[in-house]
Amino acid sequence: MSRGDTVELRDVSVGYGGPPAVAGVSVEVPGGGWLAVVGPNGAGKSTLLKGIAGVVRAEGSIVVGGQPLAALPARERARVLGYAPQVAVVPDGLTVTDYVLLGRTPHLGRLAKEGRRDRAIAADVVERLDLTRLAHRELRTLSGGERQRALLGRVLAQQPRVLLLDEPTTGLDIGHAQALLDLVDRLRAEDGATVITTLHDLVFTAQYADRVLLLDQGAPVASGTPEQVLTEANTTRHYSAAVEVLRTSAGDPVVVPARRRSLRADDGII
Amino acid sequence: MAPRTRLTPGVLLAALALLVASVAGATLIGAAGLGWQRVVGEVWAQLTGGVSPLSAREAAIVWQVRLPRVLLAGLVGAALAVSGAAYQGVFRNPLADPYLLGAAAGAGLAATLVVVTSAGPAVVPVAAFAGALGGVGLTWVLSGVAGGGTAVLLLAGVAVAAFLTAVQTFVQQLDADTIARVYTWMLGGLNTSGWDQVLRTLPYVAVSAVALCVCARLLDVLSLGDEEAASLGVRPGRVRLLVLLAASLATAAAVSAGGLIGFVGIVVPHVVRLLAGVGHRVVVPLSLLGGAVFLIAADQVARTVLAPAELPLGVVTAVVGAPFFALVLRQRRERVR
Repeated sequence: MSRGDTVELRDVSVGYGGPPAVAGVSVEVPGGGWLAVVGPNGAGKSTLLKGIAGVVRAEGSIVVGGQPLAALPARERARVLGYAPQVAVVPDGLTVTDYVLLGRTPHLGRLAKEGRRDRAIAADVVERLDLTRLAHRELRTLSGGERQRALLGRVLAQQPRVLLLDEPTTGLDIGHAQALLDLVDRLRAEDGATVITTLHDLVFTAQYADRVLLLDQGAPVASGTPEQVLTEANTTRHYSAAVEVLRTSAGDPVVVPARRRSLRADDGII
Repeated sequence: MAPRTRLTPGVLLAALALLVASVAGATLIGAAGLGWQRVVGEVWAQLTGGVSPLSAREAAIVWQVRLPRVLLAGLVGAALAVSGAAYQGVFRNPLADPYLLGAAAGAGLAATLVVVTSAGPAVVPVAAFAGALGGVGLTWVLSGVAGGGTAVLLLAGVAVAAFLTAVQTFVQQLDADTIARVYTWMLGGLNTSGWDQVLRTLPYVAVSAVALCVCARLLDVLSLGDEEAASLGVRPGRVRLLVLLAASLATAAAVSAGGLIGFVGIVVPHVVRLLAGVGHRVVVPLSLLGGAVFLIAADQVARTVLAPAELPLGVVTAVVGAPFFALVLRQRRERVR
């Protein structure tokens, strides 16, 4: 697979026809970097990701590897950017291999079918994601974690230079979520792909992303390293949450909720 | 394990063999009581230049009446079944059928108008063709062209069908004498067919069938949902427009040739899914062949059971189709469990 490309967003707004759901986003992700887009529910994280993927109309400039996306036809764009939605539609009866093969779509002639090379690429992806045992199983019969891996497989079969993953750990327990993020990190290291994810888990965000963009009500409010963005002040203000920032033994910040105790014995009220 | 999303040569050959067998069977056996051995003798005589056991009149029954009718049944069945498979794919709804977007209601109104104004039976197929396309076109315009999405398109189809059917009923009531003729057309039938009708229907069905088979893989991509399809470089709106255009053209040609024949568009694709596989690259081409086989068999029943009278073809497909469909649904439910 090819090296990851730098992704530059300059004053990007994305919307569904009405007023933009997210506006004024400028951020740069170096090739092979990992940007996590965080923010409270409804902040516009998923919308921004869809805008970059070209699934929803975006205004402003998005440049990948020096090439403005607006100038690319849909198929070319699909070879540069791979997009995995938060919840994938699972068609009836499709096996994991069939599903992964659909990822070859932007590489096929408009009406051509998959060839030997496409099947080899799909088989390779299936093996890399440890899906070989499940290759002929129907998607519907898979567990949540297996399904997320299959979805990642479909995106990887696209051989994109940038991975756009919308909440890849949705519905996964702590172990499966960790395994999936480790996998993405490994792919990033091996292929040099650039990764942009939305994430609601700020603990994982601090441990995996090398830069973080915090959105609130459709606007960027903080951007930088996890250390700079995931502060008590930022989290308290934009999530309307009472939190403390602790440290792991490795030194990563850990944002944890701190229960509000309105009635305390030592306040002298009781 | 056999790939259930791609067509294997064995399955394709089996389907083709079934088609050839049904055409042969339906040509050999008919209401005229010629005896199938003698028809075989006639075919043999034509091939080898020998002496036929059939009289000239009997030979004409085989070549000018039976064979075109069998082929027309095949074309109409193929058109309805492949359109049904396409509609189900586009709407991601197993109950979608080719009449969903106003094709049936439009054709019904047009045919009724022709019958009422006594423009002559030769005009009915032309009117039905125009009416079917007109109904779908109206739905398309009403839904705000593709941008409205499939749900809006579906609702527009319901509205158009209800309106056109109401107008059709009104026109029919104004002229009570023609009710029987309108009704007969509605129930479907191929009894006015000859080579002309076969040749008129063939180009539409052929063009649509090729277009739909070519689009089959794109329908698989579309089954992932619009956003995911778009992220793979496919434009969902364009694919939908092309597929619905081809399917509607085939449906209009079928309605023009055979009236409103129900159930083929739903039953055949489902049976194919149950027996052969799920992807559109299996379902679309096999529905084409399976639809032809099914309607040839149904028409065989329609013209022989009460011979010399004929059962309406729509009645036969429903009588055979409904219980069969129930059976398929039962099977599916058990498979899902």
